[in-house]
Amino acid sequence: MSSPDADLVENLLDGQYRALARAITRIENRSPGYRDLVAALHEHTGDAEVIGITGSPGAGKSTLVDKLAKSYRDEGLTVGVIAVDPSSPYTGGAVLGDRIRMASTTGDMDTFVRSMSARGQLGGLSTATGDAITAFDAFGIDRVIVETVGAGQNEVDIVRTADTVAVLVQPESGDDIQMLKAGILEIGDVFVVNKADMAGADRTVKQLSEMLEGRDNGEWTPEIVETVATSGEGLSDLLDAFSAHREFLETSGALEEKARTRYAEEVRTLLREDAGRLLEGEIERRGGIEELVDRIVARETDPYTVADGIIEPLAECLAREEAEPSPR
Amino acid sequence: MSVEEDQRAIRCLVAKVGLDGHDRGAHVISRAFRDAGFEVIYSGLHNAPDEIVQAAVQEDVDVLGISILSGAHNTLVPKIVAGLEEYGAFEDTLIILGGVIPDKDKEPLQEAGVDAIFGPGTPMSETIEFVRENAPER
Repeated sequence: MSSPDADLVENLLDGQYRALARAITRIENRSPGYRDLVAALHEHTGDAEVIGITGSPGAGKSTLVDKLAKSYRDEGLTVGVIAVDPSSPYTGGAVLGDRIRMASTTGDMDTFVRSMSARGQLGGLSTATGDAITAFDAFGIDRVIVETVGAGQNEVDIVRTADTVAVLVQPESGDDIQMLKAGILEIGDVFVVNKADMAGADRTVKQLSEMLEGRDNGEWTPEIVETVATSGEGLSDLLDAFSAHREFLETSGALEEKARTRYAEEVRTLLREDAGRLLEGEIERRGGIEELVDRIVARETDPYTVADGIIEPLAECLAREEAEPSPR
Repeated sequence: MSVEEDQRAIRCLVAKVGLDGHDRGAHVISRAFRDAGFEVIYSGLHNAPDEIVQAAVQEDVDVLGISILSGAHNTLVPKIVAGLEEYGAFEDTLIILGGVIPDKDKEPLQEAGVDAIFGPGTPMSETIEFVRENAPER
């Protein structure tokens, strides 16, 4: 690791806010050396509890996150918030507006809010979010809240990165068919009917509980909590639900299991990325993808033969390794 | 061969400091920055200087854009600069000001650490170009 990075790690572990902020930037940008940085932080992690909050736009996620952060702070815990917003598929630009709702904790450095844009890539978001959680955890932050709009791939990412996932639902946000659809109902550990003072909240709670009936999720039965994020009503019920889920995770061994699955996924993702790059290099050495495509279009060869040819040297190399294992 | 690829984006905090309640200009600039491919964090109305400092430090922004119409820039802006210095974030943050700033105040503000002031009527492209050229290397 280069010495500026070593300093960055030291300053982060030392509790310097600026170092934490800069480390996350390097992670987001995938700047050269960021992997070594994350690797150096890993041994200092394992203590943060990570809560994911997802739900449709306008469901009140940021307002609820603000209230949650405030109650954790009142308990004397430090809080990290990662607020993910979409980025433009055309320009890559983004307006990250979730910070506006963090009114209860503005000016408080120990509620460390970091806005992240999805940067147009789906898999990469989970890598960046996961690594940012690592930075928060190594910094010594007690609770990390990851907030993301549940509209596609992102909510699946959140399941991979969070210990407990809360799904926010608005009253009257759709008919029962919406709730029958796959995805959102399968990922929540806790369901929050926010804006519970609105008409129709009871009906939504009822629909949810019917839909969740019989959902097989190991030994955990998802809880449904009603909240009014703007006033803080129902917040203590929500905190209780989170504690209950945490206790379930710890006593059942599910927490350890989750962490193991997460690390396995992470290793696989990194390997796919690395192997992909190695193969890109091999394509370049063979004249570039355009030339290969020209030959396929001209019917001189076909996609399968091309792919086989490119992977062959790698496969041969691995076969040699197997025959004469190099010390590892 | 490097296996790491730089995916840098210019990050800007657009902030409204103090009591003025008009943020149309801030919205317009946020949108223009977004369309220019920047990542814009908008902090909303009525921010106190320490709130802006908190956001700028935590978000590790390259650019801090402050929109101010109330006339309180001479008191509020130096407080923000002092806050950034406290966290070691002043040196590599480009500070730009927009809104209504009398000519006589411009020089003192620039001496206090403001990098550029864009008054009413500045073409958006000029501001964007300035940010592209002057965003600090990280």
